Amino acid sequence: MSLRDFGPNELMFLLLATRWTILLALIAFAGGGLIGLLVAAIRVAPARPLRWLAAGYIQFFMGTPILIQLFMAYYGSSFLGYRPDPWVAAAVTFSLNGGAFFGEIFRGAIEAIPKGQWEAATALGFRFTRTLRLVIIPQAVRLMLPPTVGFMVQIVKTTSIASLIGLTELARAATQVNTVTFQPVMVFGTVSLIYFALCWPLSLYAGYLERRFATGMTRKVEAPLVMSAV
Amino acid sequence: MQTALQFGPILIHLDLLLRGLTKSIQLAALSILFGTAIGILGAVGRSFGPRFLSWPIAWYVELIRNTPLLIQLYFVFFSLPLFGFKLSSNTAAAVALSIHLGAYATEILRAGIESIPEGQIEAAKSLGLSRYRIIRHVILVPAARAVYPSLSAQFILQIMGTSIVGAIAAEELTAVANNLVMQTFRSFEVYIIIAVIYFVLVQAASLLFAGFGKLIFRWKQ
Repeated sequence: MSLRDFGPNELMFLLLATRWTILLALIAFAGGGLIGLLVAAIRVAPARPLRWLAAGYIQFFMGTPILIQLFMAYYGSSFLGYRPDPWVAAAVTFSLNGGAFFGEIFRGAIEAIPKGQWEAATALGFRFTRTLRLVIIPQAVRLMLPPTVGFMVQIVKTTSIASLIGLTELARAATQVNTVTFQPVMVFGTVSLIYFALCWPLSLYAGYLERRFATGMTRKVEAPLVMSAV
Repeated sequence: MQTALQFGPILIHLDLLLRGLTKSIQLAALSILFGTAIGILGAVGRSFGPRFLSWPIAWYVELIRNTPLLIQLYFVFFSLPLFGFKLSSNTAAAVALSIHLGAYATEILRAGIESIPEGQIEAAKSLGLSRYRIIRHVILVPAARAVYPSLSAQFILQIMGTSIVGAIAAEELTAVANNLVMQTFRSFEVYIIIAVIYFVLVQAASLLFAGFGKLIFRWKQ
C-alpha cells in the first residue's frame, strides 16, 4: 500500500532534520536566556512602571498558548508587510516566550538571595545594576541553574510546534516520512526516541544539579511551573 | 486603510468561536479528569505497588516527559487505527492528552507522597490503622494538598496544550481559528482574538482551581 518502506534513507532523513530542531533550540535558548535576564532585572528594578511592564510581558507569554503566539508572529509579519518566514517567526516567538519563563526562573533565584546582601551593597555605595551584576547574580547562579537546565528540555520539545507553520524540523520530517511510508509506529517511535535522546540527558542533568545544590540552600527555587505545555 | 485591523468580519462568526471554545474546554476537562486518574494510579503503583509495576511506570513517566506532546498526538492518531481502534480525531486528541497529563500527574503526586514524613506513617501504624487507611488518609490526601499548586499549574498548561490538537484536525478553538483565517483572510486579527480568548480562559481556570483547592482542602490548614 505504501509508496516505500521505512529504511536507512528515511532514518537518515529524520536524523538530518534533527539538526534544525537542535539549531532552533539553541537559538531559543540563547535568545530566551538574554531576554530572560533583562526581564528578571526589570522585575526587581526600583522603578515601578517598569516592573509592571515586565509583569505584563510575562503574563501574556505564560498565559496564552505558544502555538497562538507563533501564529501571531508568522501571520502578523505579513500583516505588517513582511514576507512571512517560518524561521524568523519561530526564532522570535521561542526567544520571547523563553524570555518570559527564564525571566520568572531568574527572578525566583534573585529574590531568594537575602535582603541583607542588597543592603550591604547599598551601604558600600553600589547602584542597582552594579549590585545585581556583582553581588546578587553571582550568588543566584547556583539557584537558577537546575530550573534553567530543566527548561532546556521544555525548549527542545516546544520546537516541534514550528512544524505547524511549515518549518521542516524533526516533527515535520516525521509527518512527511509517515505520509510516504505509512508506518506510523515505526516513524513516530523512531522520532520519539530521537527526541528522548536529546531531552533525557538534560532531564537527568537537571535532576542531578537540583540534588547537588539542594544541600545548604536557604530556599528552594522552583521552576515557575512544572512545564509541559507541548 | 488596507493595513487597519478589522475585527468585524471575524466577530460575526462568534458562534463558531464559541463552539471551538466549548470543544477546547471539553477536551481539557476530559483529559484533566483521566490524566489525574492515571496520575493517582501511577503514583500509588510506583510508591506502594509491587516492583514489577514500578519500572514500567517509571519508564512511562520518563518517555512522556521527554518527548513532545505533538509527537505523542501523532503517534496515537496514526498508530491506533492499525491496531483496530478506529478513533475520531477528537477521541485521539483526548486519549493523547490524557496519557500526556497522566505522566506529569504521576510525577507530581509521587513527589507529594515522598514529602510525607516517615514519622506520620509510623504514628498511624502505631495507632493501628489499616494499610489502606494509612495510604488514603495519612499519605494520599496530605500529599495531594502539598502538591495541589503544582498540579493546578500543570492543569493550566494542559488547557493551553489543547491548542495543538488542531494539528490532527480536531475541532477545538485553534482549529476553528485556522478555518476562520481561510474564510476571512484576516489571519492576524483572528489570532489576536484567539489569544484573548485563551488568556481569559486561563485566568478563569486559575481562579477556579484556586477556589476548588480551598474548598476541598479546607478542613485542615
